[in-house]
Amino acid sequence: MGEEVKLFRTWSSSFALRIVWALKIKGIEYETVFEDLSNKSPLLLQYNPVHKKVPILVHNGRPIAESLVILEYIDETWKQAPLLPKDPYERAMARFWAKFGDDKVLTSIWSVFIKQGKEQEEALVATMENLKFLEEEMKGKKFFGGERIGYVDLALGYLANLISIFEEIVGLKIVDEEKLPLLYSWMQDFAEAPIIRDNWPPREKMIVKFQALLDAAIASSSSSS
Amino acid sequence: MADEIILLDLWASMLGMRVRVALAEKGLKYEYREQDLRNKSPLLLEMNPVHKKIPVLIHNGKPICESLIIVQYIDEVWYNKSPLLPSDPYQRAQARFWADYTDKLYELGRQLWLTKGEEQETAKKGFMECLKLLEGELGDKPYFGGQNFGFLDVALVTFSCWFFAYESFGNFSVEAECPKLVAWSKRCMEKESVSSSLEDPLKIHGFVIMMRKELGVE
Repeated sequence: MGEEVKLFRTWSSSFALRIVWALKIKGIEYETVFEDLSNKSPLLLQYNPVHKKVPILVHNGRPIAESLVILEYIDETWKQAPLLPKDPYERAMARFWAKFGDDKVLTSIWSVFIKQGKEQEEALVATMENLKFLEEEMKGKKFFGGERIGYVDLALGYLANLISIFEEIVGLKIVDEEKLPLLYSWMQDFAEAPIIRDNWPPREKMIVKFQALLDAAIASSSSSS
Repeated sequence: MADEIILLDLWASMLGMRVRVALAEKGLKYEYREQDLRNKSPLLLEMNPVHKKIPVLIHNGKPICESLIIVQYIDEVWYNKSPLLPSDPYQRAQARFWADYTDKLYELGRQLWLTKGEEQETAKKGFMECLKLLEGELGDKPYFGGQNFGFLDVALVTFSCWFFAYESFGNFSVEAECPKLVAWSKRCMEKESVSSSLEDPLKIHGFVIMMRKELGVE
């Protein structure tokens, strides 16, 4: 059967990682198309004219954009190794936590990384509040999906890597083992899990990239004041 | 055993209206509880501790939050009446993609009546761009769901009762720029589930006047 699956991504995109993991967990063969976001290909613009972003999944010539939408599409199209639970209430909860991750958690952690002084302190407080909710959600579970990695783990999973990179660059502890023991364990377990551990972007390259972003942010904020 | 369904909501919220439309589409009986967001009830804080916002659906004691997540939940539990999401995974992905996109209208719309001058112009431009893209997605179909009213229709139609307020404060006409979209919204209003769930645009306009006063916008 001629299944053609292509994933448009960048080497560092956290959102694209979700799709890499999902495809590999389900054992789906696919072709990777790496994009340079400073020079977007005509195909990218054709496949995602609304947002012009990655990741984009193209299945038999038909594009799907927005990583959480893609995850659900993958789960509905390839039934092996299910990512979302069957029960409608648990599905609603999974969607809720994934959205919380994107809307609130990522925003606050990014602020901790990119801001300085009082703004950074406030961002840390907000981050702790957000992470406490995730800590609560982890009670009695190894992964957010339970015994196995699921949709929420894939949605939040990039944090397992990115947080330690931010902590290293900024010299601040975001996930303290004593304050957030369950989340801390989850980050270790997830990062080391089969398939997940083989697909992290190169750490040194990530540090260089994010250090440069931070330097640029500091430079522009000091020059505008 | 009868289902117990409670909706925590604010009458003017277009996000809460999405849930009301979905419940009506499925013919479900529920208890509506109006919330005062300036003085949040213990129930709201208990049922949505993360965001402390409406709408919240409480089904047999268990809360579901975030309007589009609630609508999907309703569609999945009561799947044998008026399905909102299509059955084909690709069509479902398109519906979800565009439904998420409609959420942009919420913040842009807010900026339209909250700000003035250049900020407002930027919001207006963004708002109209969104509507035009959505109108393009509708094409010549009667509904976004095709022949049948569906998930994306639910996500967007509730904004239509806010158009008059947006137009008044933003000084523009949705119908002039997106006539097909306005025609679609009128078509939707012919459905009982929609007309009984959306609020009177004049009342919404009054609500915005009150909010602007409260927030000191003049």
